[in-house]
Amino acid sequence: MLQALLFQGIDGLAAASGLFLVAAGLSLIFGVTRIINIAHGSLYMLGTYVAATIASRVAGGLGFWGGIVATALLIGLVGAAIEIVLLRRIYRAPELFQLLATFALVLIISDAVLWLWGPEDLLGPRAPGLRGAIEVLGRRLPSYNLFLIFVGPLVLIALHLALARTRFGRLVRAATQDREMVGALGVNQAALFTAVFALGSLLAGLGGALQVAREPANLLTDLVVISDAFVVVVVGGMGSITGAYLAAVLISEIKALCISIGVVSIAGMTVNFSKLTLVAEFLVMAIVLIVRPYGLLGRLQGVVRTVAAPEEPMRPAPIALKATGAAVVIVLVLAPFLARNTPYALVLGVDVLIAVLFAASLHFIMGPGGMHSFGHAAYFGLGAYGAGLLVKWAAATLPLGLLIAPFAALLGALVFGWFAVRLSGVYLAMLTLAFAQIVWSIATQWTEFTGGSNGILGIWPTAPFDSRAAFFLLTAALVVAGVLLLRRVIFAPFGYAMRAGRDSPLRAEAIGIDVRRVHWMGFALAGAVCGVAGGLFAFAKGSISPETIDVGRSIDGLVMVLLGGIQSLSGPIIGASVYTVLQDTVMRQTEYWRAMLGAIILALVLLFPDGIAGGLAKLWRGRA
Amino acid sequence: MSVLAVADLAKSFGGVRAVDGVSFTVGEGEFLALIGPNGAGKSTCFNMINGQLRPDAGRILFAGRDIAGMPSRDVWRLGVGRTFQIAATFGSMTVAENVQMALISHAGETFRGWRPAARRHRARSLALLAEVGMQEAAERASRELAYGDVKRLEFAVALASEPRLLLMDEPTAGMAPRERTELIALVKRLVVERGISVLFTEHSMDVVFAFADRIVVLARGRLIADGDAASVRANETVQQVYFGTGRAFERRRERAP
Repeated sequence: MLQALLFQGIDGLAAASGLFLVAAGLSLIFGVTRIINIAHGSLYMLGTYVAATIASRVAGGLGFWGGIVATALLIGLVGAAIEIVLLRRIYRAPELFQLLATFALVLIISDAVLWLWGPEDLLGPRAPGLRGAIEVLGRRLPSYNLFLIFVGPLVLIALHLALARTRFGRLVRAATQDREMVGALGVNQAALFTAVFALGSLLAGLGGALQVAREPANLLTDLVVISDAFVVVVVGGMGSITGAYLAAVLISEIKALCISIGVVSIAGMTVNFSKLTLVAEFLVMAIVLIVRPYGLLGRLQGVVRTVAAPEEPMRPAPIALKATGAAVVIVLVLAPFLARNTPYALVLGVDVLIAVLFAASLHFIMGPGGMHSFGHAAYFGLGAYGAGLLVKWAAATLPLGLLIAPFAALLGALVFGWFAVRLSGVYLAMLTLAFAQIVWSIATQWTEFTGGSNGILGIWPTAPFDSRAAFFLLTAALVVAGVLLLRRVIFAPFGYAMRAGRDSPLRAEAIGIDVRRVHWMGFALAGAVCGVAGGLFAFAKGSISPETIDVGRSIDGLVMVLLGGIQSLSGPIIGASVYTVLQDTVMRQTEYWRAMLGAIILALVLLFPDGIAGGLAKLWRGRA
Repeated sequence: MSVLAVADLAKSFGGVRAVDGVSFTVGEGEFLALIGPNGAGKSTCFNMINGQLRPDAGRILFAGRDIAGMPSRDVWRLGVGRTFQIAATFGSMTVAENVQMALISHAGETFRGWRPAARRHRARSLALLAEVGMQEAAERASRELAYGDVKRLEFAVALASEPRLLLMDEPTAGMAPRERTELIALVKRLVVERGISVLFTEHSMDVVFAFADRIVVLARGRLIADGDAASVRANETVQQVYFGTGRAFERRRERAP
């Protein structure tokens, strides 16, 4: 038993090296450019495919080892190109907007890989010279894993020396602390950003290339790797390379421990520890962030003086906007009649409405609250599962299910929010992500109660809402009410207090506003409203499963809010509608819908750097 | 009776004793200047009084209550207003809304979720802005204001809660000399009308000697003088600290056994 544990521990170090390489690149890029590069996992995935291809074409050691070097350099070039062609154009957009562009890249790279290499997993060759295994503790450890164990620390030392000794390293460290000052000292920021982006991408490519000899390249790698890498970066402390290595080791070892413990019965309860691997890293992240808000070796981030145009004061809706709103409501009421010959329009309409409520509730905390939640799917899921479980176990009717949905989500948001509002910026984002993953893994793992990965089936609306038209009208009524409620609150003292706490926490506290409490309550309200969206979703689809509440849904929410424009109250409504309709239309047009969607998002990003609503408002003002 | 009584206040950062056993009082309606060279401990003193820092030792009595270590929002509720050295306003709100936010908080309406904030306390907000000469700018975004106007807005925000004591950290920092005198004259007139006591720090000696009722001088964390303008001006230690050798303390310590 002890030997098995030690062996798993040693093997865990090999996994830690791989994790470290991706995380180090992500950390470097974030530290200097403050871009949350979701496409980092995609670059890693690209690395696995490129390395596997080179190694299969060029025989022998040159193909494998040379291929790894060539891949790393190539991916570094791809990174530089991305920075120069795309990201450089949008540095002045509002905070987080670059995230939208990198998300579009995720979609595009994913389909590019599908087009170039096909859907099958691509098996890489074994490493020449390291095909064997050596005897460790009576078990056989592949020599390649032993090699990987040393790669991590070697890269760590190389990076450390580069950062400590070279001029480039000094600039990177300086820019991580105060980017504006580095610019003021006459350093060419554009070149520095490109170089850092290239270096970070190179590390991602290297990580991917090294992994090929262990696991086949596959299309799902991008999102798996990016969420792992985020966890490692945050646990280690943003911008700290040594921290990233420590965190990679910590998380890999805990996972290895869970696997080797296996099934154990504690006090009559059977606990399967190997099932915990799904959630282990997020539990670690949540605990670390609660105890050490800046990660293991992280420090308070230097303030980035925002370069984007700040938000305009809010004015009550002008007549044109009120008229538009009224027209939308009239269309919604008449929709079942108008769409009597195209029943699919109503189905899509329900999807759009649910997305609107989801995005509006996320915008409520992101915009006025300034809290960037990366885990809004948690409250959607709690609402959906709250309703679904009540139907499954208590045969509840639709009204009862929809009544419980916001309360289930509210409860979750109160608990998670209490911790989340103690952090800010990207740490808050990652803690919310961790909570969402915990909800997701409970839904996946607690098979007896939640139905596991199959989810819950047969959650259909009960009479009188069992017709398509009636359910549409119910959805429309609840969504319009929810959106109007949030709008009302934003204009009320509570919404002002949220913005006050966002604009200047110091000043807000100095006029008696308990900023944390206000933001906590805002978080809870957004969670409850989001729960309604989740409940409606469960009844609309007739089922709920973990994959509908995974990290993808949280990202969808972010994309909707940012696409519409975070500084505008109608932004999330426009963003959610456009995104949902686009997704639906593009998906039915082509097999490569992801790339299409990505291209459309990129075009919108470049055309409307303030989001669609912000861009429209600018056009309107320009004409007037 | 004094509004604020600070006794034996102390705070260290690492090995540096930033504030070291400082005691002074602010009387009812008094306009008291806290001065001293850079690094004297003025800001540290200030931040302990307004609740941003917890003192290592000592008491801060406001209207007879010890407020040492209390969060700044609670200190404010007891009747202590403040302005910042680097003016802080809510950039996404209009000038009038900035004042309304303070009035809303003062009225205990922060958690109200229905009637629009922009319609609450509007008349009172405009009246306060008129008093500081800002009524013209009421509908502008506060982030567009010139710096001198931001300072006046901050002052209006501070008055909104009808404080008994106003803490002003370098109210005229970064202003042109004429603007500076105008602002302090305005502040002095309005607080005298309302009977508000003021504790302020200031670098401009012209402002200090022209307007302060009393002056407290700090140097290297210690209080070295406390009196009216004439006595502080004549004080030998103060002269040494500001103009002299910079070794005033070493000499005193040598003389003392």
